[in-house]
This record gives sequence, C-alpha cells and structure tokens, in this order.
Amino acid sequence: MQKKDIGLALLVLAVGSVVALINPRFLSPINLANTANLIGLFGLFSLAEAFVIVTAGIELSVGSLIALLGVLFVDLIVVQGVPWPIAALIVLACGAIFGTIHGWLITRLQLQPFIVTLCGLLIYRGVARFYTKDGTAGFSFGDDFPVLEWLISGRTGGVPHSIIAFSIIAVIAWFVLHRTVFGRHLFAVGKNEEAARFTGINTRRVIVLAYVICAVLTGLSAIFFAMYTRSIHPASHGNFYELYAIAAAVLGGFSLRGGEGSVVGVVLGVILLQVLQNLVNLLGIPSSLNFAVMGSVILIGVIADTQITKHRNSRRQAAALATIKGATPQPQSLPE
Amino acid sequence: MPPTYWSQLLPSGFQKISLELSKVTKVYPGVVALQDVDLSISGGEIVGLIGENGAGKSTLMKVLGGTVSPDGGDIHIDGQHRSALSPAEAGSLGIAFVHQELNPFSNLDVTANVLLGREITSGPLRLLDKRAMEAKVAPILQLLGTRFGPADPVSGLSLADQQLLEIARALSMNARLVILDEPTSSLTLSETERLLSVMRQLRSRGVAVLFISHRLSEVEDVADRVVCLRDGRNAGDLTGSQICKDAMVRMMIGRDVHQFYEKTAHGVATPILSLRGVRTSTFPAASVDLDLHAGEILGVAGLVGAGRTELARAIFGVDALSEGMIRLNGTELKSHSVPEAISAGLSLVPENRKEQGLLLDFPITGNISLPCLKLLSRLGVVDRERETALAKDSQARLAIKTSSVFQTAAELSGGNQQKVVLAKWLATNPKVIIFDEPTRGIDVGAKAEVYHLLQALAREGVGILMISSDMEEVIGVSDRVAVMRRGHVTGILNSDELTEENILRLAVG
Repeated sequence: MQKKDIGLALLVLAVGSVVALINPRFLSPINLANTANLIGLFGLFSLAEAFVIVTAGIELSVGSLIALLGVLFVDLIVVQGVPWPIAALIVLACGAIFGTIHGWLITRLQLQPFIVTLCGLLIYRGVARFYTKDGTAGFSFGDDFPVLEWLISGRTGGVPHSIIAFSIIAVIAWFVLHRTVFGRHLFAVGKNEEAARFTGINTRRVIVLAYVICAVLTGLSAIFFAMYTRSIHPASHGNFYELYAIAAAVLGGFSLRGGEGSVVGVVLGVILLQVLQNLVNLLGIPSSLNFAVMGSVILIGVIADTQITKHRNSRRQAAALATIKGATPQPQSLPE
Repeated sequence: MPPTYWSQLLPSGFQKISLELSKVTKVYPGVVALQDVDLSISGGEIVGLIGENGAGKSTLMKVLGGTVSPDGGDIHIDGQHRSALSPAEAGSLGIAFVHQELNPFSNLDVTANVLLGREITSGPLRLLDKRAMEAKVAPILQLLGTRFGPADPVSGLSLADQQLLEIARALSMNARLVILDEPTSSLTLSETERLLSVMRQLRSRGVAVLFISHRLSEVEDVADRVVCLRDGRNAGDLTGSQICKDAMVRMMIGRDVHQFYEKTAHGVATPILSLRGVRTSTFPAASVDLDLHAGEILGVAGLVGAGRTELARAIFGVDALSEGMIRLNGTELKSHSVPEAISAGLSLVPENRKEQGLLLDFPITGNISLPCLKLLSRLGVVDRERETALAKDSQARLAIKTSSVFQTAAELSGGNQQKVVLAKWLATNPKVIIFDEPTRGIDVGAKAEVYHLLQALAREGVGILMISSDMEEVIGVSDRVAVMRRGHVTGILNSDELTEENILRLAVG
C-alpha cells in the first residue's frame, strides 16, 4: 500500500467516525448494507475508468454506455425473450465492441480521447433514448428472473452481491495493474508513450485494450444498475457517472497525465464518495448540496496531498543540509 | 559589423557587469549540489565553466538565474551584496540564458519569440505594435548575421538558428552577462564556428559570457579563463595559456586520462546486419546498402540532418520503412516493428534518452526490465525478485552509480542514465546495438566508460552501429565509418583512411 493510500484510508475512517458519532444509524446493518451495495455499483465503473486514466486517456461515455447497455439488456430479456446469460454476454460483447472502436479511433486516427469519448457520450445517450422512444425500459409486474435477480441484486448473509462482485474484480484489477506485464505496460504507456514504443511495447494494442477493458466493465456495471433500478429512464439513467468515476480515480491518486495511481486508491476513493453521500443523507444536509460536498472534499484532498508532498521534500532538504554542514545529523522527527 | 548596431543595442548607460559568488552552497534531498563554490566574472571576458555531469554546473547557473536560491553563500553584483536572486532581479540585472534544451514557441514568429513578455504596444487598447517590434528585432538579427528575418516562423528554424534566436532574445534585454549552457552540443562545425565568433563579439562589446561546455576544444578556443567544478566544489581555475585540453580533463576528473580511446582490432567475420535498398520516408530518393559484421564498431558520421537518425529509426521499426530489405543474424525482418526487431536481437539506444530511452519516473528496476518483462514473468505475472536481481546485476556490471536500484531514473546523472538505457538492452541479449549519439551531454569520465563498454561488447561479438556527430569520437572508436549525406551513404572509410578531412569531404560533398 502506498503512502497516499494510507492517508486516504485514514480520511475514510475519520469521515466515517464523525458520521457514526453524530448519527449512530450510520452503523446500522441496513445502512451499511445499502452503502455497501452502492459502493459495489459505483465501484465497478470507477475501476473501469482507472484502466483508461492510467494510459493518460479519459473515458467520458461511461454514463451513457450504462444507459444504452442497460436498456439493451432489459429489452433483450423482457421483450425479445432472450435467455439472460446470453443477453448478458451480448451486453458485454457490445461493450467490447464500443471499447475497440474508441481505442481504434484514438490510436489509428490519432483523435484525442476526450473528443472521441465525448462524442460517445452524446451518441450513446441519444441512441438509448431513441431505442426506447424516450420511454422507460423496465420489468413489468409479472416478469420473473429469480436466478438473475438473486445473482445480481441479491444478498448472501446480508452482504449485497454487488459489493462481492466489486471486491472480486478489484482484486483481479489490482493484480493486473500492479503485478502483470500488461499492467506494467499500461503504466509505461501512460507515463511516456514514445519511450514505451522505443522499448518494443505495442503501445496501440495496450491503449485499445485499456478502452476495451473499460467498456466491458462498464457493460457489467450496466447489468448491475439495470437490476438495481429495475426501470431505466434513458434520459437520466447514469447521468454524470463518468465524472463520478474520474473523481474516484483522482481521489485515489490517479494522475490525469497518466502513469500513476493504484487500485487500492480507487477503491478507497469510491468508498469515500459513498460515505460522503451517506453523510449528506444522515446528517440532514439538503440533498441539493450533494455535489457541492463531494466537490469540496475532493478539492481539499488534492490540495492536502500536494502540500504534504511539498512539506516532505523541504524537510528532507533541511535534513540533508544539516548533515553536510558538519552538525550532527538531526534525528528524523517522524518516519517518512 | 557596423558599430551602429551595437550602439543601438547597448544603451549609453551600459555598465559592465561585475559579479562574484562566494561560498555558494545548495543542497537537494540526498544530494549536495554545490558546496562553497566561488565564481567571479566581469564584463568583457569569456569564462568557460567545465565539469562532469552532476558536478554542479547547472545548479550554479540556476542560482545566477534566480530559479534556485542557495542555502548559503554570498552574491555580489556590481558591489552590492545579495544572498539570493529572484528570476526578475536576475533579468533586470542583465543576466540572460541560452539554455541547453531550447524551447522556442514554434507557433509564434521570430519577433514574438525574441520579445516575449516585453511586447511593444501602442494605442489606448495597448494593441501589439508589430512594426515597432520588428524594428527593434531586425538590427539584432543583422548583428548576429542570422539567415532568418524577424517575421519568419520559428517552426522551420534549425537548432543552430534557434540558439541564435535565444542569443537575440538575450541581447534584446540588454544583457550584461550571457550564460550559454552546452550551446554547441548539437551544432555542426560551421555553426559552432559562427556561434564562437558571436561570443567573441559579445566580449569585445563588454558583455560577460559564461560558456558551459563539454567540448573542451571549443572552450580552449574561446575562453579567457576556465573554472572547473567537481562534485559540487571548485576543482581549479585556468587562465590564458594554461588553458589546454589535458589540463582541463585532469581538473574535471581529478586524474590523468591516458588512453581515452582504446581500440582493439576486431575480427571481421560474416555480416550480422545487412541493409539492401533501404529507403526511409524522410529521404525516399536515397537507397542505403550497408553491412555490419559481428564484433565490429561501424561509425556513422555526417552532418546533423543527414538522415542518420532516420535510418536508425527505420531499421529498428520505430518509423515505417518505405522500401528495402533488412537481414539480421540470418533472418529477414518482415513486419518492421520494434517488437520484431528486438526479438531478432536488435537494440537501439536512442538519441534522446530522457524522452525516448527512459521512463524518468520509473525506478531503475522497472526501466531495465521493460523490454524483457515477458522473460521475467510467469503466466503474465512479473516475478519481482528476478526483476530486482536483474537490476542489481546490471548495476554491478555497468557500474551504475546509485544508492538503490529503486531510485527513479530521473535522479541519476546523464552518464548513469545512459548506462541504464544500455542495461535494459543488454538484458535482451542483443546481437546488434545501434547507438545514436551515445555520449551526447554526458561528462568526460562517463564517456570513457561508455567507450570501454562499446569495446567490450564488440569483443563479445556484438555488432555496433554508432551514430555520432563528435568527429573525434567517431574516429577514435570506430573500426570503419560510413558517412551519410542527405540520406545516402556517400562512402565507407576503413580504419587506415579515418581522418577528419576524409569524413568531412564525404559529409559535405
């Protein structure tokens, strides 16, 4: 675990303790389970976004994809009568296709990721609304998919399956990003694409794969959201989720310049954002202030991070100066 | 040069600078960059500042420029004492820089670059007065004898012209002290000559010139006085006739360098790399045939822009090859991609090690393992113990100076960075290594080590293609030299024909 992650973990604990002190209901099993469920749901696509951000890219179509793929999933199983496992595979495959297209446009046609995925954001949202004739796609009263519902929105021993899925995928993502050759290549490409190319890394393939992974995970997230909300209003379903994902990644130490960040950080970022949301609800803060609270905490977090780094460097320098000036080396006041 | 230009440039109140630094100290986390350094310079003299990379030259320069404030010591300028300068103060005192890495604004024209931040405006809306600005810049350019005019775009200027642009900028600020950091490292001979003569003109007009360079023959040529730094301290001064290359080298490395270039005759056997009819996209008209033998060091000489780097990039697969056949160690390269080249046993130590050779923010371990990660991993998972072991082996083999292999590459000196680049390729077990300017911007001591490594590799049977603009280096290190001009190989010189004159004749043609 990196130092940054520890700081963030402490912040999560601090905010959690404050909320728990003020309103003990925070720790009630119902509230914890609900919060955990939301962490799982929002965590899936935040992890997805991290894969793209680490390559110095950005994926803005996450929210729209969740709407479009969600609508598609519901339509397939409810209207077209496709068995749900096949429908799920189709949704994931569509995600893979969209991701490939994004990656192809970015690496082959050299378009900027921001522009490509901004267009995706607009296109997928529009298509989703057209697909349902701007109506709501959902399950009607009689529809019954017991296995699917248990699997996606059920609980085991009170633990929502969404957070179990999120945990499994976070562990896999951690392994992929921090322990595999592919993960190393992602960081290398994000840090300096030219040097990566000179080292024999197929940078185009790495970048395309990042977008594919992102879109497939977003597809998975779309299924979870479809089963969670049970009815999808394509004009608003998943709105702003991409910004939420970017916020979680940035809180977790990812740099938008690429090549930096850790999965532990994103996970903590997601948890912090959900705890804040919960704080707004439990402390009776008007819910209209929701985004304002989130924005302020992110801003404070980022400022604190840069200031701490600065302080640490200047302290190191002072210690170095003391040693060459012949004085007895000052004992380090705090472990670095 | 008509004197009127100078009188326009130098206002009547021009006062020669007199600058003295004493006992300046600067400490960075983990590094003492400067310790009790003294330096004095006054108007009308050229002082050469020499020292190995990491000796503290850049830091000293930054102290003068006000971007680094010293932790100790005194600065006296024109008799006034200061403990530190701010960039604005340095500017108003007439201290100007020509940086090693030039960053002109290529989207602006020459005038806009020269007067950036000091634009001339007119009218109540303070609109840019282009005519007045060009009128101010034109005489300066004339004085410097530039081939470009005030309205020309900067995007098309050569490196040498960009340097003159920087000097023009310094002059437009009424500079009293011009600091040139490695200005000649990428210039051709004639461009260098021109720059040196500009420096002499500045001197004759009372401007102080601080010239930082690794090219000792140029320092010998032009400097009135030489100040040498070693490990962040003063290592001696030379004046007038004392200034000679041997003395400078002795001061820089603190010992005598006898045989700088060692050369052993390498067995010339079968070609290990063959190019037939190779055309790059930059020079589609030129077709290159070339053979490199195992255990041979083939130098590639030529002027800057002769197509040498382009050829290297095309061989390595970084750039598309428009036509031709490349055979490496018996197998023909088909897809012309970098991964294919690497697996066939080819490596490229690129020209620009900070942008292309290294991931500066990655640790040494991660840099060295990057090309051979697959070999260090099982089922796609990196074996971090083997990765660290590889880095430690490389550190020992190449004598990379670092406190830990987990330090980032950015924290190393130029020479050690170059060793890390070499280390990462050696781990792929290459048959042929292309070096593009292997010793650019690295100090004398590290240069000797690089030459030693080249020879050792050649003895092991590795074929080496060494692109270099340093004539002495090409002649000193190579077994044979291919000379290029506008994408063509205009001739190949054997060891008995290796003279500067022969190379130049083929390079200029």
